[in-house]
Amino acid sequence: MNCTKIFAAAILSTGLFLVTACGNDGAKTEEKVIAADEQPATQPESHGTEVKAGDVTLTTPVNAEWVTAGKSIYELKCQSCHKLTDERLVGPGWTGVTKRREPHWVMNMITNVEMMLETDAEAQKLLEQCLVRMPNQNISKDESRQILEFMRQNDGVK
Amino acid sequence: MSNSLTKILTALGLFAIVTGFQSCKPKTAQSAAGGDASKSFIAPGKYDEFYNIVSGGFNGQVAVYGIPSGRLFRIIPVFSQSPESGYGFSEETKPMLNTSHGFVPWDDQHHIALSQTKGEHDGRWAFANGNNTPRLARIDLSTFRTAEILEIPNSAGNHASPFITENSEYIVAATRFSVPLDDQNGDVPINTYKQNFKGSISFVSVNPSSGEMNIAFQIRTPGVNFDLSRAGKGKSHGWFFFSCYNSEKANTLLEVNASAKDKDFVMAVNWKKAEEYLKAGKGKKQAVKYAHNVYDENTHTATSVIKTEVMVLDPADCPDMLYLIPCPKSPHGTDVDPTGEYIVASGKLAASIPVFSFTKLQKAIADKVFEGEYDGIPVIKYEAALQGEVAKPGLGPLHTEFDGKGNAYTSMFVSSEIVKWRLSDLKVLDRVATYYSIGHLSIPGGPTAKPHGKYMIAYNKITKDRYLPTGPELTQSAQLFDITGEKMKMILDFPTTGEPHYAEAIPASMLMGKQRKIYKIEENMHPYVSKGEGQTKVERKGNQVHVWMTAIRSHLTPDNIEGVKVGDEVYFHLTNLEQDWDVPHGLAIKGANNAEILVMPGETQTLKWVADRTGIFPFYCTDFCSALHQEMQGYLRVSPAGSSTPLLFSTGTNKPAVTTPGINVADTMKK
Repeated sequence: MNCTKIFAAAILSTGLFLVTACGNDGAKTEEKVIAADEQPATQPESHGTEVKAGDVTLTTPVNAEWVTAGKSIYELKCQSCHKLTDERLVGPGWTGVTKRREPHWVMNMITNVEMMLETDAEAQKLLEQCLVRMPNQNISKDESRQILEFMRQNDGVK
Repeated sequence: MSNSLTKILTALGLFAIVTGFQSCKPKTAQSAAGGDASKSFIAPGKYDEFYNIVSGGFNGQVAVYGIPSGRLFRIIPVFSQSPESGYGFSEETKPMLNTSHGFVPWDDQHHIALSQTKGEHDGRWAFANGNNTPRLARIDLSTFRTAEILEIPNSAGNHASPFITENSEYIVAATRFSVPLDDQNGDVPINTYKQNFKGSISFVSVNPSSGEMNIAFQIRTPGVNFDLSRAGKGKSHGWFFFSCYNSEKANTLLEVNASAKDKDFVMAVNWKKAEEYLKAGKGKKQAVKYAHNVYDENTHTATSVIKTEVMVLDPADCPDMLYLIPCPKSPHGTDVDPTGEYIVASGKLAASIPVFSFTKLQKAIADKVFEGEYDGIPVIKYEAALQGEVAKPGLGPLHTEFDGKGNAYTSMFVSSEIVKWRLSDLKVLDRVATYYSIGHLSIPGGPTAKPHGKYMIAYNKITKDRYLPTGPELTQSAQLFDITGEKMKMILDFPTTGEPHYAEAIPASMLMGKQRKIYKIEENMHPYVSKGEGQTKVERKGNQVHVWMTAIRSHLTPDNIEGVKVGDEVYFHLTNLEQDWDVPHGLAIKGANNAEILVMPGETQTLKWVADRTGIFPFYCTDFCSALHQEMQGYLRVSPAGSSTPLLFSTGTNKPAVTTPGINVADTMKK
């Protein structure tokens, strides 16, 4: 068997040699095709930077302005999938979410859903339950904070 | 064991001999066209170097390919309806195809011009001509969508179009057919051609910030046929060159009668001069009718306005504006080299390619070296403007592009080849076969002052034996050549959609970073937008039923609609609430007489549907959006005209199922 392999290799390389020797009759213009650069990051669609534990400070009473702003974002971009009760629609209902989750977890889920679904075990568990990847809804970090405030109010924080 | 070893060795030996023999055999056309896959190969996940924006010919659309891979990325709906996206079918996009003749859902799209600044690509817009019902389109290169369509009056066959000046000041639209003008009585005997038929060139201005097109002025010309054109650049900026045929003014059997004379013309237009005449009040207003259609990205809706006037310059009132240069037999391409000095005219029935010099042309005009007049326009002496002729280039020269290294490349339709020649001494340097019958060719940046070079693409009319046959109708093809070396080398052969005529290519890096990913839902100004599910509703206005509907992975709201009656026109205004890239939702409903609509994230589009019978009509999302896409569906109930079924709509109210014997289908059948 060894013998066969050696022969095969020898003959194959002869064949290859013939190809290369006769194939290139002109000047060598072997220019490697260079792929264009990776997609630049300056896009209107935003993926936020990670919010760390401790980045978010919760205060009482709730910030009423943020609650109002958060509510209108909810109606535009979240309501289709999340009820304010504990009933699951496409995603989980919001009742109790601020008690179940850390504030930075909630904000990352809103602004960095791709990262969360890749790295966070709890987020992955939710995907297994709901089967629909939570969409990136182009929400900024500040807006996600406003949504969080609205969630707190929904959970009864005054 | 030894037996099998022998077999293997024999097989391998044969393989080696065969391989060796094949690679050393003299190159026939077939082996030369074998390609070099490694040069066109783009590994999975990697990007192409160039976008190739390609005319679609008789499909009326524009295609986008990657170069060097030849992969097709998109077909942009431009002059033809596209049931795939709903373009020309949705209520918002129907006005894009409005003309003075009414709704014209098809055209013949031949040439592309990419916007330029200082003679170079600026990556903002692609312009496209509609040949049949004369129109010009502007495509936004950040959305790859048609942003605007302008009809061209006093034209019949917008062929010599859209060619662009070095700062996108103007794109031109010169008529292929001369005809009686729009404000004349056109009901004349056809054989009064010489007396009644006139030509027309439109100069369409491009707003430098918005890109909006407007007909700045038209130039009335003798009744010739215009074929192709190029703007001057650099030293010849301010001039435009048009190829003309049928200087015989024949009105029948042009195949013979328009080739009677030995020479036709290249028309040189001094458009800076034309601007002066316009300022001096030499223009005359003429009554016409043409449509101007603009798509608004905030309302996601197109509007069509009929305009009724153009400003016309008559050469009789405007001396020194037009000159004619004799040019052998029915010239096609008239192409200006990157320096602006040379004008290459390809007489498709001529045995040589004349190359005119802009410097000599200026001197001939200054010295009045004319051989006469044609309809009052000075005809310059051929030799006085001529730099020289490329001798025996091949048969049927059509179109020339440049590599920016002093070389020109001319396509030869009749002899199916491309000829590379040097501008400095007009010597033929190389020739390569194409398969078969090449029309236009394209070098990235070839028509600009700074070609990007590297590749050349041939667009062929006939493929015959090149691909798997598909009945009587075969694909057209493109062939990609490496032009970095002295010899042109074919590296790829790929089928195309439609019938490409001209195309341009632009570096990927100029467009990739500016691609729009979504429409911001906050900025959506559509009159029927639903900003959130809370705003969805159904309203009746006479026999019109308007449905404010939303889509998000993966449900439509409302998805249960009742109270629609036979004869009602139902307008589904679908807003896609997604704000993530690459998540369109579609909407289709059984029995729709138009098409589906495909709605991008943050966008609203409207599908009109007429209830033609009673029953339950399912509707659903057509774009596979998530694991639960197949569940993204709903029902619309149609009751008889005049019935009292109340207008109801809902989604996910999860009411318990109802079984009412009285309205059971089976029971109804029994009655």
